[in-house]
Amino acid sequence: MSINLRPHLGVLSAAALALAVSGGTALAQKKYDTGATDTEIKIGNIMPYSGPASAYGVIGKTIDAYFKKINAEGGINGRKINFISYDDGYSPPKAVEQVRKLVESDEVLLVFDPLGTPSNTAIQRYLNQRKVPQLFVATGAAKWDDPKNFPWTMGWQPNYYTEGKIYAQYLLKEKPNAKIAILYQNDDFGKDYLKGIKDGLGGKANQIVAESSYEVTEPTVDSHIVKLKSSGADAFFNITTPKFAAQAIKKVAELDWKPTHLLTNVSLSIGSVIKPAGPQNAQGIISAAYLKDTSDPQWKDDSGMKKFDEFLKTYYPEANRIDASVMFGYNVSQTMVQVLKQAGDNLTRENIMKQAASLKNLETDGLLPGIKINTSATDFAPISSVQLIRFKGEAWERFGDILSSDATH
Amino acid sequence: MSTAHDTTRDPAMPPAPRAAQKTSAGSSVDLRLIGGLAALLALLIVPIFLRNFVVFQLTIILAYAIAILSLNILTGASGQVSLGHSAFFAAGAYAAGILMEHGGVPYGLAIPLAGVICFVFGFLFGLPALRLKGVYLALATFALAIAAPPLLKLGTFEHWTGGVQGLLLTKPDPAFGLPISQDRYLYYLTLAIALLIYWLSVNLLNSRTGRAFMAIRDNEIAASSMGVDLALYKTLAFGISAGITGIAGALGALAVAFVAPDAYTFNFAIALFLGMVIGGVGWLPGSLAGAAFIVLVPNMAESVSKGLSGAVFGVFIIAMIFLLPNGARQLVDLTYNQIRKLIR
Repeated sequence: MSINLRPHLGVLSAAALALAVSGGTALAQKKYDTGATDTEIKIGNIMPYSGPASAYGVIGKTIDAYFKKINAEGGINGRKINFISYDDGYSPPKAVEQVRKLVESDEVLLVFDPLGTPSNTAIQRYLNQRKVPQLFVATGAAKWDDPKNFPWTMGWQPNYYTEGKIYAQYLLKEKPNAKIAILYQNDDFGKDYLKGIKDGLGGKANQIVAESSYEVTEPTVDSHIVKLKSSGADAFFNITTPKFAAQAIKKVAELDWKPTHLLTNVSLSIGSVIKPAGPQNAQGIISAAYLKDTSDPQWKDDSGMKKFDEFLKTYYPEANRIDASVMFGYNVSQTMVQVLKQAGDNLTRENIMKQAASLKNLETDGLLPGIKINTSATDFAPISSVQLIRFKGEAWERFGDILSSDATH
Repeated sequence: MSTAHDTTRDPAMPPAPRAAQKTSAGSSVDLRLIGGLAALLALLIVPIFLRNFVVFQLTIILAYAIAILSLNILTGASGQVSLGHSAFFAAGAYAAGILMEHGGVPYGLAIPLAGVICFVFGFLFGLPALRLKGVYLALATFALAIAAPPLLKLGTFEHWTGGVQGLLLTKPDPAFGLPISQDRYLYYLTLAIALLIYWLSVNLLNSRTGRAFMAIRDNEIAASSMGVDLALYKTLAFGISAGITGIAGALGALAVAFVAPDAYTFNFAIALFLGMVIGGVGWLPGSLAGAAFIVLVPNMAESVSKGLSGAVFGVFIIAMIFLLPNGARQLVDLTYNQIRKLIR
């Protein structure tokens, strides 16, 4: 008897399961655009794995590792992420070629975290015409927050312009009569900051007594520092990328110049900037942060940092932990995963954008306490706040309130 | 640099293949003609069946091929080496971009104008370059290549060039209301211009001017004693080469619809030079093969290994240089010889 029953039961349960599944689809109304199926979500990306900006390629590798972790844990709503990342060598024409390949040949659902202002500018119009999401671009230019003209493009990190403005306002408050010297990198990054600083100074921009720009191809910025010091300035905006930031900090100390020293967020890594420059030379430097510094001992027992370390141990053991790009890639991936989770079974490009624009108080593992990711249909700037920090002893010390860009308008 | 001389002196195949037709044996003429026609037919027909993205890729290859062809005229024919053609390419791209976006000039006019501007630019650069030879000239032009991106970023010209942010271009719609996509239209436009330039270049090299170029390449003293005006012809070669590269730059900019300083670094100048060597120095049809190499092989290298793509690309280059030191031309020669043997 029981032997006869078993197959019946099997058939029955199979039928019940089929019913449940089909009922489920009817209820949730699975909807897909190109690049999404019942089992897979295809995500495209371009990164400078080669060329002048190849140091940032680490972000792409971190994202890849993070999605492997998500897949190993069962994927998102049962779907595995298929992450396709191509090298654009930081060249805009190559970026266009690779993104077109992703959209037209690989047929990805969306393009995630493409890096570099020139590359993103080159692909922005194409992706918006095709209505393919260009999500969480890895550049600090202010122009990505423009939902009216580019409803398919969204930034992620706080923009350079706002940060520059915040520094200028801080300086005006602390040292209203400062004589200001500025060193900046001659590219989109440096110029955005410069504009922010000047707008932040407003009527007091005439207090800038010296301004010097360098090219990334220069071996050292020492001579610029000598020149800036000789202007008699007592405040110094250090708008440089890590290698040059370390040189500048060291040279300022060597010359026994003691200005109020403001350093960009890009170069606040203890591991790759402060240590090479010498922590004793960096005392009192002011910067602004939104992510936790992995080499900062104050996060040793932080739960987010522990999760980060666990991820590195299992999925990306060869990573250079103190490289700020790893932390960046980890957090931007978590933001992407949240959007996909929210999208549920409605994986259309339109819904992806809708969900990306409805992130509410999202706190990824690496964000500083109190900094949250918020977006809306009119706010395409996910992280818009930072906190001022001051270097003291061996670590950065946070001070003051969380500053949001809205407050600076 | 010695390869340049070796290949171009190869008596079996003078720089312009059409010139070969007149002198070679009958059967080989037919074979070469058939080969050329087949290539032309493929360029005309194949894109109809390809996806827009691949057509776009082919357009980029054609634009680079035009630039490599111009380098072939300069190096292959007149014997002057340039590592600075990325600067002329950039000048053409920006000239077209600024004319179209700021000047409201239609693209049909902007492309030749970009060529004219670059011709003047190249001719003027040719004047100081006159005193330089071989590696010294290579270094002088190299300086041009590294100077171009910072100049394009300069704040003074920012209003026109867009500075570090670059300049967005409007992709032209198909003319006469042709019912094809923008990508296909641009492809055929680029192809038409490429064929025109190819035809003009072949004729140029077979003309008095072309012979003067080659005389200078082979022996300057002998050339000048025969009455060739060295200064004029050397600068002229520079001007023509720069002008053609400018047109290529304009076409490349139209296809990408964006120009930015970071697109025209000295890496690109080296890539063009590499393309010329891979295609076969002095052999004009090789330009297309060289262009295909510099666009497609890096993609292949990347699919082999992401982290080591540069190293894999390097291996490809070394393999090419060892197996086919005279580039694509050697491959074509080998194939012809095999086929001829079979026919016999």
